[in-house]
Amino acid sequence: MTDTLSASLSESGDTQRTRWKYLDTILNRPGPFTDEEWLPGVMAIEGLSRSKILVIGAGGLGCEILKNLALSGFKDIHVIDMDTIDVSNLNRQFLFRHADVGSYKADVAAKFVEKRVKGVKITPYCGKLQDKDEEYYMQFAMIVCGLDSIEARRWINATLVGMVDEDNPDSMKPLIDGGTEGFKGQARVIFPTMTSCIECQLDMHAPRAAVPLCTLATIPRQPQHCIEWAHIIAWEEERKDITLDNDDPEHITWLYQKALKRAQEFNIPGVTYSMTQGVVKNIIPAIASTNAIVAASCCNEAFKIATNTNPFLGFPGTNNYMMYTGDESVYTYTFEHERKPDCPVCSEGNLARPLQVDPKVTLQEFLDDLAERPEAQLKKPSIRSEAKSLYYQTPVGLEEQTRPNLSKKLSELVEDGEEVAITDPAFPTQFKYKLIFK
Amino acid sequence: MSDLPPPVQGPTAKEKKYDRQLRLWGATGQIALEDSHILLINSGPGVVGLETLKNLVLPGIGNFTIQDSAVVSEADLGVNFFLEEEHLGGYRAEHTCNSLKELNPDVQGHFVTEPVESWLTQPDALKQYTLILVTAPIRPELLTSLSTHASAALIPLFYIHCVGFYSHFSIHLPPAFPIVDTHPDLETTTDLRLLKPWPELLDFATEKTQGLDTLSAEDHGHVPYIALLLYHLEEWKKEHDGQAPQNYKEKTAFRETVSKAARTNSAEGGEENFDEAVAAVLKSLNPPEPSGSVKDIFKAPECVLVKKDSPSFWVIAHAIGLFYTKYGVLPVPGSVPDMKARSADYIQLQNVYKSKARKDMAEVLESIRFLERTADRSTQIEEKHVEAFCKNAAHIKLVRGRPFHVVQAGETISWGDRAKSIAQTLTFPDSLVPLYIAFLAWDQFVATHDKDALGGAPKVPGETDPDTDSEKVTGIASKIMDDLVKEGSASVDEDEDATVKAQLQDFVQELVRAGGAELHNIAALTGGLASQEVIKVITEQYVPVDNTCVFDGVRSRTMVIRV
Ligand SMILES: [Zn+2]
Repeated sequence: MTDTLSASLSESGDTQRTRWKYLDTILNRPGPFTDEEWLPGVMAIEGLSRSKILVIGAGGLGCEILKNLALSGFKDIHVIDMDTIDVSNLNRQFLFRHADVGSYKADVAAKFVEKRVKGVKITPYCGKLQDKDEEYYMQFAMIVCGLDSIEARRWINATLVGMVDEDNPDSMKPLIDGGTEGFKGQARVIFPTMTSCIECQLDMHAPRAAVPLCTLATIPRQPQHCIEWAHIIAWEEERKDITLDNDDPEHITWLYQKALKRAQEFNIPGVTYSMTQGVVKNIIPAIASTNAIVAASCCNEAFKIATNTNPFLGFPGTNNYMMYTGDESVYTYTFEHERKPDCPVCSEGNLARPLQVDPKVTLQEFLDDLAERPEAQLKKPSIRSEAKSLYYQTPVGLEEQTRPNLSKKLSELVEDGEEVAITDPAFPTQFKYKLIFK
Repeated sequence: MSDLPPPVQGPTAKEKKYDRQLRLWGATGQIALEDSHILLINSGPGVVGLETLKNLVLPGIGNFTIQDSAVVSEADLGVNFFLEEEHLGGYRAEHTCNSLKELNPDVQGHFVTEPVESWLTQPDALKQYTLILVTAPIRPELLTSLSTHASAALIPLFYIHCVGFYSHFSIHLPPAFPIVDTHPDLETTTDLRLLKPWPELLDFATEKTQGLDTLSAEDHGHVPYIALLLYHLEEWKKEHDGQAPQNYKEKTAFRETVSKAARTNSAEGGEENFDEAVAAVLKSLNPPEPSGSVKDIFKAPECVLVKKDSPSFWVIAHAIGLFYTKYGVLPVPGSVPDMKARSADYIQLQNVYKSKARKDMAEVLESIRFLERTADRSTQIEEKHVEAFCKNAAHIKLVRGRPFHVVQAGETISWGDRAKSIAQTLTFPDSLVPLYIAFLAWDQFVATHDKDALGGAPKVPGETDPDTDSEKVTGIASKIMDDLVKEGSASVDEDEDATVKAQLQDFVQELVRAGGAELHNIAALTGGLASQEVIKVITEQYVPVDNTCVFDGVRSRTMVIRV
């Protein structure tokens, strides 16, 4: 092992590198797990500096990710986030201060990190992922994602899979994704079309089952049922003309009081203001420590991919997923999640996935069910069979024309074993299913 | 609007800021955080300690103090987020303290720039701190004195390594560290007492299943599943000499009986309450026997002999132990999972459980008051603490804290009562025990090497000559491993020995490769883990690491070892 490379670097006039003494120690020395062909030194350092990297989300995970990447030697970082800063972000989103409340997260975060870490350029975009096209995403070496929305993750995943061109190795963009909830979280690495994608793993992140409407309407038992009743039913009945704003304290107070009164009628204890807010806004507990762990794990993988200083998660045929739990001691489970051969996004030829259905259910019931099925989670589906359009959400004319189908039974619309194609405005892809009658 | 309850006070500014964490540890946890004063004794590149503090300042600890005599250098700016150019040449303790304070105006920050060697010799230097974090490298005699202080003052001490792609931390907790509020997973741990029902619960079941077969479809589909299971249990007992299903086979047979009792002529082709009953059979038909670790708490010397000044945990535990001896069960926890039922029936069922829980609690409280009188205790334990304890009695935890290894130059490391079990895990395929040993060897190197002849800063392996140092540290690590195998009288065959030695060599080489450098990502990750454990220890909620955690950033894995 040699230190002559670092010596030659500083001789070449890059005095700035004294700042990167610790990082360069790793970049200048091979280790027991580095590839035999790996070249330490200048090549590794320059490769890292040249890697343009995109961060999606500037929230709890995003703040950490930006800091970590800047201090890992990345020089050209872009960040996308459409949100503005709320006071409840301040317990963990450490790039924001009280005075920043109301400003765009991506702007404030980028400026802060640029100021602290000299020589790094951070380009913010305050808007939606969906505003950007393939050409935009094509410029990055990889993408690190720290989002709380499953839909946005699925969108970027499908976009990156769609961008892969077999003849152009640069079109394959590694996607590194982190997520947290309370003391739990996960970090995963995806090589689109080569390893298991977000869509392949969708059933590992099943949505919570919704409480049936009839329970809310007639037989509430839990304080949450009363809050959901106020939220979904009472508001519609009594304040139809006012758009519910989850951030308006007057609106939350109204819902809280409604829920409390209903709870009293049914002798149900436990409705509180905080619980009302939690249910209505679907609040997920979030703390700095879990964000730090998951974000750093993602950035560690990004750093290893960019530098080859050590083996990384996600290499085909190896582990690609780290699950983390911290409420009872510390537990991680690192494993290989395998590709689903019938994944609607990344399988070759986009094969139709077999789906068991009851031929007696109506099309409406079938579509409602799609929203909740862990492997589908499609909320605004439009559907057509091989023969005809079954239901379209838009345009208005087609919606009206296909609406009568909603009350028809599946058996009236398709044959056993027939393929249907489903699209959803949230995804740049088509989901194909083969309907098998039960 | 006039018929609505009066408007409430909305959340306070503090509740708004801390909303996302209060949902985890509540107001009592937050108060505990605010009462804490955490000391960081910083060294080396100094990143992991600050990343740990960052995650504690954000959620609002009361005070922190940074002891660090280092002066900010150019190299700090490439790895430490809390330093910038204008701090060059100043004290690292001062500037990192100020940057951290900016994160949360509710938190008070302090710093000490005096070298740790002399600072620690002052009497009462450590007196005001409720928890101490110390990062490697540190001289063994200093670590020993901190460990002695932690043992005497009964305060938690964390020792953290962060080197290249690897990290480690050990926690030295007081010898008895009990936790009541462990936050068990409610879905898997609900205790419904179906095999030990009390008369009121049986009455409820009888009432709700009266004429079950003749009930209307609507009524039949709304019988709470607890009543269904109790009803079918009674039927089963009649045919099985009064015995409930005993084993897996019988439970599956019982489940089948319940499943068949569902009506299938409904629109949905089944009944949700029966589905719930069927799903609950395997997990609910277990005798409500406390776990071994809970029974161990009842047998602990602190529990058996309650004294005038015993912590209230032991007084309550003693009383619950008496309850258990008398009835063979713990007090009923009193919560009922949601289930398909009419509102009134569900509330009635909730009350059946709650009344029993209150009755059991009252009995426990009576023994506590008796104990308090006989032990001549000055203050009464608050009823709400007894209630919380009874509710979670099946999931209380006791961590037996102990000092971690402090590697002394030229001394063999002793594994004591842990030798056998750790020696056995040494050869597990994914074991990170070899990585822990590599860290001990790293410390041994530090203990025996100085940067200069003056005995100043310790020298870490790999700073200048990674090859030579690797060889040295591998040699030390091999010896530590051999001593462990010997002390644990473990049988490690030649092949296994060669495999583990090769792993040791790899871990050591990778550690030494870093030459003591911290990688920001690994420091941030380890700071996340350590701060999470600090929060658990301070709030006395959830279950902390007992007592050592190692992280391998090459393969992205952790392991917890009790040493
Ligand atoms: Zn896929």
